[in-house]
This record gives sequence, structure tokens and C-alpha cells, in this order.
Amino acid sequence: MNSETLKRHFRESFKSIGRNRWMTFASISAVTVTLIIVGVFMTMMMNLDKIATNLEEDVEIKVLVDLAADDAAIKELEKQLKDNPKLTEIEFSSNEEELEIMIKGYGEEFALYKQGNPLRHVFYVKATDPQDTIKVAKEIEGYDYAFEVKYGEGKVEKLFNILNTGRNVGIVLMIALVFTAMFLISNTIRITIVARKQEIEIMKLVGATNSFVRIPFILEGIWLGILGAILPMILITLAYFNLYDYIQPKLEGELFQPLSKTPFIYQLNGLLLLIGIFIGAWGSFMSVRKFLKV
Amino acid sequence: MIKMKNVYKKYANGVVASNGINIDIHRGEFVYVVGPSGAGKSTFIKMIYREEVPTNGEVHFDNINVGQLQQKEVPKLRRRIGVVFQDFKLLPKLNVYENIAFALEVIEETPAEIRKKVNEVLKLVGLTQKARMFPNELSGGEQQRVSIARSIVNQPELVIADEPTGNLDPETSWDIMDIFEKINARGTTIIMATHNKEVVNTIRHRVIAIEGGIIIRDEIGGDYGYE
Ligand SMILES: Nc1ncnc2c1ncn2[C@@H]1O[C@H](COP(=O)(O)OP(=O)(O)O)[C@@H](O)[C@H]1O
Ligand SMILES: [Mg+2]
Repeated sequence: MNSETLKRHFRESFKSIGRNRWMTFASISAVTVTLIIVGVFMTMMMNLDKIATNLEEDVEIKVLVDLAADDAAIKELEKQLKDNPKLTEIEFSSNEEELEIMIKGYGEEFALYKQGNPLRHVFYVKATDPQDTIKVAKEIEGYDYAFEVKYGEGKVEKLFNILNTGRNVGIVLMIALVFTAMFLISNTIRITIVARKQEIEIMKLVGATNSFVRIPFILEGIWLGILGAILPMILITLAYFNLYDYIQPKLEGELFQPLSKTPFIYQLNGLLLLIGIFIGAWGSFMSVRKFLKV
Repeated sequence: MIKMKNVYKKYANGVVASNGINIDIHRGEFVYVVGPSGAGKSTFIKMIYREEVPTNGEVHFDNINVGQLQQKEVPKLRRRIGVVFQDFKLLPKLNVYENIAFALEVIEETPAEIRKKVNEVLKLVGLTQKARMFPNELSGGEQQRVSIARSIVNQPELVIADEPTGNLDPETSWDIMDIFEKINARGTTIIMATHNKEVVNTIRHRVIAIEGGIIIRDEIGGDYGYE
């Protein structure tokens, strides 16, 4: 493609945008609304993801040791745990230490148990990959001298469930929105195609290639997508910066922190722009395929 | 140059527009296609530049099997053929010069080539003075000359015209025929569907008469043959 052709394609695609203003406005608005929702949702999901990861990383697995286990058996269990690459931060806590923890946590009444300590020895371990917590806990249950394995007391599962449900609902919603926007764009492009029917007919008659006929329309779709992405990018950047400055100081020293402004906001903006371009290009591609027959 | 073998064309609505056409047209010929309305003249012509594909049989342009041509090969064929219609098909928002240049721009000719070629054909059709005028400022004959100029600006080997004088008064028709004669004299093959009895009977060329999708007569220097 030479530079004359490229200039021509750009010129034609801009002309069309100026020509059917109403549909152009409707398409751009649809992309804008879609991307604002996508952006807000992504911001929420990505931050929740980070919080979840923070929390997950803190979930301990508690391995209660069999009462029948002697010192050698305990050593053997420890070795088994340490040799498992899926486990990390293995710490032993004797039944006396466990009782101390109880007393500290629940009060001096528990000191009575110092005579006949009913507690077991415990290993505290963590899964190397927090996502593996449940699986690896099941695995430990199979070890000799592991009497019982506890983890997060159902918290982990609940967290994962909530996150996954949220994600799925959001994804369905976003796909529906993206399709609506694509549909509107493809309608806008259709109007352009109809308006230029005669021109296209002559182009084909004199031997213009299919891609030559197609490119201005695809470009027009892409412009609509980009124009639709501008407002969401600005709004979400401003909102996130303000929200971050407001929330972050309050969470100083807490386990979970919002995602820092950069690179997060660059990534999000890049993603929104790409989705905008994709919506535009795909919407117009569908129209071109259907109404241009090239 | 053009060869049709047992060409049969049935439209989606069941109408059979070609019912076994066999023909051979040579390079440099001037061929009239005559016959009543609905006989299948336009269909015959459209199958040559692949506006329509035959349902059965073969259409060849030199060694190209036009009916079997892949979609992406069609532009190559079209660049070797110029087409002129009864209704001119000019773009109203472009002036004379731009309408002609359009045909070269969209096949990505260089600006210098475009300028040279457009000026050449403007001279050939006698519209150099009116290059900046718009279609609605021209007479029917002048518009048809623009359309002819556009069809030949890329120096095609074949020019196809579907009733090019159908919308023109007799006097203007002769002017238009003069231009086609000039183009043919340069070696370009011409296939022209026409209802113009005077023209066919005066400027003698090969006449193919189609009726009911069949060639009923094929005669070099023949006459129009209908009332
Ligand atoms: N695109 C089409 N779809 C269906 N029928 C058509 C189409 N084009 C032409 N026909 C029919 O095919 C027959 C031949 O038409 P055409 O080739 O245009 O004849 P002519 O040019 O000799 O008048 C006519 O009956 C016409 O109605
Ligand atoms: Mg016809």
C-alpha cells in the first residue's frame, strides 16, 4: 500500500464519521458506557484479587499430630512436610506451646490444663501456591501421624467462591455490553456502506481489491472505538487517583493495600483502549462482511 | 479472447437467462449483441466481467476461467475490462476529472500516472474543456463520454458496453459511436449490447442476436434484424 492510498483511506474514514453524526454519536456513547462499566469492574476485580491474594497468602494449614506419635514419628512427619515442594514455612509447635497460646487468647482458666494437657502437637505450614491450599491439605491428611488437618476454617473456600461468582457475573455483563456496542457500531458502518453504495459498486467494477474497499470502513470502526474510549480512560484515571489518595493512607500498615496507581492505571487504560479498538474493528468487520460481500 | 462453452445461467428466481451459449470472440473485434428485452443480453455481458457466474458451462477470458475465478482474483480480471452502462454511473459529487481519476486511484496508480492518463482520455473524448464540471452540469451525451473515458483510462483490452446509447438522442448516439470506433481502431475489443437499429445497420460489425438465452444468429457485418 502506498502513501497516497493510505491517505485516501484515512480521509474517507474521517469523512464518514462527519457524515452520519447521529449514529456516530450513538456508537461512541455505547462504547463509552461499556468501557466505563468495564473499567470500574476491572478496577474492582483487580483490587479484590489483590486483597484475596494477600489474604490467601496468609492462610495457614494446621496439622494436628497423632497422640500416638513419639519423637521419631514427629521427626518423620516433619521430614515428609519439608520434602513436599508444595509446602513452605513449616513450623512446629508443641502441645505446651499450644496451651500457652490458648491461655493468652482465652484467659487464665485454661492454665488448669497444665496438669493434663489435652492438646496435641501441631505443625503450622503454608501452601507454596495459596491456590493449592485445599488440595495440599487433603494430601497431608493421608500422612501417617497426621491426626487432623485444618485450614482457614472454610474461609478460603468462601473467599474463592465469592470472587469467582463476582468475576463470572461481571464477565457475562461485560460481554453483553461489548456486544451491544459492537452491534451499534456495525449499524453505523452499515449506514456508511449504504450511503456509499454507488461508489463501492464502481470501485469493484474497475478492479479495486477487496481490502481496498474494506479498509476505510474498518478504520471508521476503529476511530469510533478510540473516540469511545477517551472519556472512560480520563474518568477512571481521575477517579482512581482520588480514591487511592483517600483510601491508601487509611490502610497504612494493613495486610491488604489497593493496587498502586502505576503501573496499574497504565495497564487499565491500555486495556480499555484495546477493547475500544476491538469493539470498533469487529463491529465494522461484521457489517463489511454482511453488506459489502467482499 | 472470449470463449463460452455451453453456458447456462439460471437465476435464483428460476429464470433461465442463458440456455446453452457457445461463442468465440477474437481480439480486436467489434461485436454488437442484439435481441428483444429480457433476451439475456445483459446476462451474457455480465458473465464476461464476472458480475454473474454461469450455473453451468465455461467462460474464458484468454486463459482465465472466469466462472471458476476466486473472489480475490476478480480485481485482476476487471482491470483488463472497461464497462459502460446506459445510465453512466458517474459519482455526482466528483467532477469530470475526478470521476475518471477515481478509477485509477482505487487501483492504486501513482498520482503522476493518473494525471497523465486522465488528461489523455479527456482529450480522446473531447472533454478537456469541461474537466472541472460536475455530472449534473453536463448533457447526457457528455456524461456518457465521461463514463467511456473512465472505462478506458486504464487501457483495457476489452470494453463492454450495455446499451450505451439507450438514453441518448440519435444525434448524440452517433458522437458516442464515433468514440467507440476510435477505441476499436486502437485495437481494443468491443462488445456492445444495443437496441439501436440505425447504428447497427450503418456502422457494420459482427452481430450476435440472442433470444430466450440462445444465440440465434451470429453474422459478421450483419444487420440489426428486428423492427
Ligand atoms: N439478477 C437477476 N435475478 C433474477 N432474474 C434476472 C436477473 N437479471 C436478469 N434476470 C432475468 O433474466 C432474463 C434476462 O435478463 P437480461 O439478461 O437482463 O436481458 P436483456 O439484457 O436482454 O434485457 C430476464 O427475464 C430477467 O428478468
Ligand atoms: Mg439488458
